[in-house]
Amino acid sequence: MPLIEGGGRRLSPIVPRGSIAGHALVAVVAIMTFLAALATGIVLLVRGAATEWQSEVASEVTIQVRPVPGRDLDRDVRRAVEIARAAAGVSEVRPFSGAESVKLLEPWLGSGLKTEDLPVPRMIVVRIAPGATADFAALRAQLAQEVPPASFDDHRAWIERMRAMTSATAFAGLGIVVLVILVTVISVSFATRGAMAASRPIVEVLHFVGAGDRYIANRFLGHFLRLGLEGAAIGGGAAILLFGLGESVSAWFSGTVVGDQFAALLGTFSLRPSGYLILAAQALLIALITVWASRRTLYATIADIE
Amino acid sequence: MVRFENVGLRYGLGPEVLRDLSFRIAPRSFQFLTGPSGAGKTSLLRMLFLSLRPTRGLITMFGRDISTLDKNAVAALRQHIGIVLQDFRLLDHMTTYENVALPFRVMGRDESTYRREVVDLLRWVGLGERMDALPPVLSGGEKQRAAIARAVIARPQLLLADEPTGNVDPTLARRLLRLFVELHRSGTSVVIATHDIALMDQYDAHRLVLHEGRLHVYE
Repeated sequence: MPLIEGGGRRLSPIVPRGSIAGHALVAVVAIMTFLAALATGIVLLVRGAATEWQSEVASEVTIQVRPVPGRDLDRDVRRAVEIARAAAGVSEVRPFSGAESVKLLEPWLGSGLKTEDLPVPRMIVVRIAPGATADFAALRAQLAQEVPPASFDDHRAWIERMRAMTSATAFAGLGIVVLVILVTVISVSFATRGAMAASRPIVEVLHFVGAGDRYIANRFLGHFLRLGLEGAAIGGGAAILLFGLGESVSAWFSGTVVGDQFAALLGTFSLRPSGYLILAAQALLIALITVWASRRTLYATIADIE
Repeated sequence: MVRFENVGLRYGLGPEVLRDLSFRIAPRSFQFLTGPSGAGKTSLLRMLFLSLRPTRGLITMFGRDISTLDKNAVAALRQHIGIVLQDFRLLDHMTTYENVALPFRVMGRDESTYRREVVDLLRWVGLGERMDALPPVLSGGEKQRAAIARAVIARPQLLLADEPTGNVDPTLARRLLRLFVELHRSGTSVVIATHDIALMDQYDAHRLVLHEGRLHVYE
């Protein structure tokens, strides 16, 4: 390296960039980051959809009034509606008429059914004002006292099942991420050993001139940090692009029959900015784990080389 | 500076290759280490360089029992020792200048503080025109001189050299010996392992002779 006039020399790096075969390591880190981001993204999507469903379901309760011989069904329905309207936090109460109740049964019993032929219960949909907390226990108790044929359903069982499903998905996703990180650590350790075997003469000479293990490890760590960041950026970037593309396609189809069916079933396909931030942070974490695994292997390998 | 007491060395379960070595290397001393091929000169040099531990006996260097030193302490101690090996051990991706300056770089010194020193030494050993050459294009003698320059550049307290004139012509051998003598006069203890009787005859120094695993000291 020639002298720079009036200044110092540009010194060659002690560990040359080309001495560490990094393509395989970059590929491994990129693939692992992509898979981890995919798992995390899917968990975030499922959680988002489940939260949407839950908030929709939780904002509504149903009162069902059964026809009981000796009682006036219409009067029971009216009284139940009055009680519901008087309850705190309720924004809207909508009783289904007899005809509407029959219509609800049409998919199972066919059309042309007469209410009088069957003891069809009447439904009352009670909407809770957004952000309000309704006292369901008090409402349930008052209905039981004043309208005994009425039953009250706050969809708790359904919400609990949904919660269990979401938690199971999150655990499965977390398990995949942990496995991916484990495989990354193992792969990086092997790649580091390979790189160190190729750089053995450099380590030996550095030992000869009195370099300590920390000094030698630091000369290599910079390379592994760069390779880890490169791999994580490629894998994380590809996953973020994929989710962004999915979001665009979903927005493109929104308003169409297919799009609406998809949205009804799976919720909106959107990670939100916080989701993308989580994916980017996860990619950075994998890059740091790569450096940690390299550092661990480096110290073990350097100690073996004299 | 260095004290060996009843030191023995064996490789694995084999016989002892060095037996009952007891000697001292005083500060500012100069000694040749000689003996037939396979007598254990390189093994003894490696023990002096702390890259090989004895299987028995006591070695103290710079006042410290080496069996108590951890890896960091060994690395710190090696900064006071220069070594020239038969196979030179130069880094092929670095220029001659960078190879010679490596000890300073490892010490964390800024390049501007040692540039003049390195350039002067390279000129002195006849490599002034080869400073920017990479080791693969240097001749055996040039590599030898670069390795010697790297070993002496940081003015070590102890210099170990394994056949340092093995690849150079007699004129250059004399010149390199002068370099070692200069270094010795400036306060470094020098140990040169060699077969070269002519070289040893050029300078009056202690002779450590290894024969059948034992060391005989001729003052």
